[in-house]
Amino acid sequence: MMGTTEDRMGIQKLIFQKSYPGQGGLAFPEDGVESVAVEKLLPGIALRDRPPSLPEVAEPQIVRHYTRLSHLNYAVDTGFYPLGSCTMKYNPKLNDELAGLSGFSALHPYQDPKDVQGALQVMWELEQALLAITGMERMSLQPAAGAHGELAGILMIRAYHLDHGGEYRDTVIVPDSAHGTNLATAAMAGFSVQEISSSERGTIDPAILAAALSERTAAVMLTNPNTLGLFEEDILEISRLVHEAGALLYYDGANLNAIMGKARPGDMGMDVVHLNLHKTFSTPHGGGGPGAGPVGVSRSLEPYLPLPLVKVEEESGGDITFSMDYDRPQSIGRMKAFYGNVGVLIRAHAYILRMGAEGLTQASEDAVLNANYLRARLRDAYHIPYDSTCMHEFVASTAHQKKQGVTTKDVAKRLLDFRMHAPTVYFPLIVPEAMMIEPTESEDLATLDEFVDAMLQIDQEASTDPDRVRTAPHSTPVRRPDETRAARHPILRWTPEDTE
Amino acid sequence: MTYQHHTHLPHTAEERRRMLETIGVSSVEELFQVIPETLRSEELPLRSGLSEMETRVQIERLAANNRVWGGSGFLGAGCYNHYIPSAVRSLASRSEFTTAYTPYQAEVSQGTLRHIFEFQTVITQLTELEVANASLYDGASAAAEAAFLALRQTGRNHIVLSAGLHPETIQTVETYASGPGAGVERIPLDRETGRTTTLTSNSGTLEEAGVLIIQQPNFFGVIEDIASHARAAHEAGALLVVVQNPITLGVLSPPGAEGADIAVGDLQPFGNPASFGGPSAGYLACHQDLLRQLPGRLVGETLDADGRRCYTLTLQAREQHIRRSRATSNICSNQALNALTATIYLALLGPEALHRVGEICLRRAHHLCVALASIPDIERLYSAPFFHEFALTVRGGAGNFVERMREKGIDPGVHLRRFYPGSEETILVAVTEVNTPADLARYVEAASQVMPALRSKEPAERTR
Repeated sequence: MMGTTEDRMGIQKLIFQKSYPGQGGLAFPEDGVESVAVEKLLPGIALRDRPPSLPEVAEPQIVRHYTRLSHLNYAVDTGFYPLGSCTMKYNPKLNDELAGLSGFSALHPYQDPKDVQGALQVMWELEQALLAITGMERMSLQPAAGAHGELAGILMIRAYHLDHGGEYRDTVIVPDSAHGTNLATAAMAGFSVQEISSSERGTIDPAILAAALSERTAAVMLTNPNTLGLFEEDILEISRLVHEAGALLYYDGANLNAIMGKARPGDMGMDVVHLNLHKTFSTPHGGGGPGAGPVGVSRSLEPYLPLPLVKVEEESGGDITFSMDYDRPQSIGRMKAFYGNVGVLIRAHAYILRMGAEGLTQASEDAVLNANYLRARLRDAYHIPYDSTCMHEFVASTAHQKKQGVTTKDVAKRLLDFRMHAPTVYFPLIVPEAMMIEPTESEDLATLDEFVDAMLQIDQEASTDPDRVRTAPHSTPVRRPDETRAARHPILRWTPEDTE
Repeated sequence: MTYQHHTHLPHTAEERRRMLETIGVSSVEELFQVIPETLRSEELPLRSGLSEMETRVQIERLAANNRVWGGSGFLGAGCYNHYIPSAVRSLASRSEFTTAYTPYQAEVSQGTLRHIFEFQTVITQLTELEVANASLYDGASAAAEAAFLALRQTGRNHIVLSAGLHPETIQTVETYASGPGAGVERIPLDRETGRTTTLTSNSGTLEEAGVLIIQQPNFFGVIEDIASHARAAHEAGALLVVVQNPITLGVLSPPGAEGADIAVGDLQPFGNPASFGGPSAGYLACHQDLLRQLPGRLVGETLDADGRRCYTLTLQAREQHIRRSRATSNICSNQALNALTATIYLALLGPEALHRVGEICLRRAHHLCVALASIPDIERLYSAPFFHEFALTVRGGAGNFVERMREKGIDPGVHLRRFYPGSEETILVAVTEVNTPADLARYVEAASQVMPALRSKEPAERTR
């Protein structure tokens, strides 16, 4: 990351401001066939009467522009990224290279199955591995992200109830600590959402849940460990209550990184599970995607999985062939075109192969160890509202620092000055001034200690020099953006009038 | 403790011991005691880990078990074989872009925020609409999101779409519609021209509809008359969504100019590899008055504390992490890196090369179509003008044709039986700049040899 000097030297310009008419970064070959006028090939068709005002820039300047933009980013490859619930672990370089092999990247989704046996085998093997890790019956790899997997999952639950005389089940229950996507998904799938409050221990209270369950409950959605980083110790009781009420149990897999090799959602009684391969299984987040959100189900929901699934058949000679199975009449249908974010799936498959059973288990152990280590070292300086053994993340708050007028936002921004990314802030909603800290297993002890040192110094500054914290960051390419201005007068695209 | 030296896990046994001491527990197992005993797994039923070298060999072997056709492949149907410039791959794979999260901390995410802002800008320029979001999963799910945007805006609950939409787009819209119980109705194509039948205001079909969805060019490659559908939709009080292949936007009149209220599409053709169907990205652009109903992320320009121009996520009150059950969509992660890929691709091409790539696709496709249609028993299925993709009727059976052509080293197109049962004689052929004139000549040559042999097999198609 570059400092402000370079920034002031023109990096603020967008690609459009580097455009000079007549320049261009790519030339195509000649037609090689008769160059008939477009108007003649497309008689009566409305053609573009003026070219789009795209940038006109030569290749060297384009390369420099985007390389410089990249320098303005913070990333896992540049430093510690303890963003809670996002599992910013290291993304192995090998996996990018493998996904880029032309044997995968140049495959068309409608090629003859004979052409794509290797790709189908990757998908099949990945599904088997994810089933082994989660304890589910079958899985669709199609959803493009976690929320997309959630939507598939809730639509399957809807289809299940319709098939089993439960059409009156119109409500989904979520704890008040839930991810926003859970509620938005339930609403998008046509359900009402009922929030239940967490117990004073921060987990689901079976008694509160029991009181909320009714014949209208279609599903209960939860994360385990939950967004406070706490394992739902009553999960088996919760599962029993939910199923006795005729409802189904949904597992948001955002926090699976805590429990690989330790416990499986399937054994907890989960009917539907979505995973985030861009979290637990190390595929790069890309600045906001592409992810992959496979959705797995128990046996009773298998018929409803999205179309298609990979099918394996053994031929008479013992040869195994893979194909796509579309013959699934009860399926909820498709969630998107084609089969999913295959490039992401390949990376996740390579990750699991390389880690193996012991490696994945050790990853979860180290993730939990790292989180508890940070919790132990920060608990004197920062308020930890639910201070018990955590899983892969924990929630702290700035309740103490607030007395000096320093908020969580201030601490988060000040951390950026230490070349560290901020935790997830102001979430979960049930903790005022929340900071959700997830170190992941990728960090060495020295990095964890540097983070602790930074947090302790910021705590000191909150007493000695609170303004320094309140006005942070001081050393980043830009300082705090005026978000009110951005929202009040939205400028959402560049226009030629919009120059310095 | 074999894995104390696992290459992705930096702790030594000694460090782990010291950390446990700091925490005040004697073993890692103690940290997991919160998990009820009955739930504890024994061991993951997976194999032991592999070295980097072994992993590479194993996956490379799988990659080698796939066949890649290059310029000898003529498959399209929503996924196209376009040339990807080296600068696109090189820049979009920089790990400062790939290993960053969503740009929640604007001060250290100006790279991502700026390229999203550039992306929003180029999409509005291409579509001639005023607002574009930061991307959606793909073209099909973007069509579904656009339909719901229109339903929210109009307060209606009925979707009308053209039968010329990609069948998988229709299926995706139907899946999304099943939850809230929105109706989905198809309007047929004209059997002769292959264009979507233009609805008249008195036909009744659009009476209850909040949205009409048309694909441009449609699934069969045929270019639709968007303006006439815009008039019909607007007369009936519905919004028009156009699902457009963006590679055509340098040549065809943009959806905004033709009266579309919302434009969506799939960005795979802009520098994203086919990758067996994903990841790509969907775009969604619309008129300013629909802004508050827009799903997904938006980046806006503002000033920082020192008065310098900067960028930040904005209007987040529409989104799930703020609005929760009242959000405009549940979408969170989108396809930012694929949108970046498209942005760099467009920056490299500029207006001239974008027009040029459309022109090459168009000319080569027409050249091939004319040559193939002059072979006895091959003819175009529809008569209306097409862009770079066309449907052919192959008398004697498309299945046999495809198989024989593949034996001759040409993957000739998508057999439409895959989507339309009973469609035994139709293939869909796509031509891009990657299919050289020599590839086209080989296609025509092979087809001229295959067709007479097919005729001798008539009429029964060999079943596989």
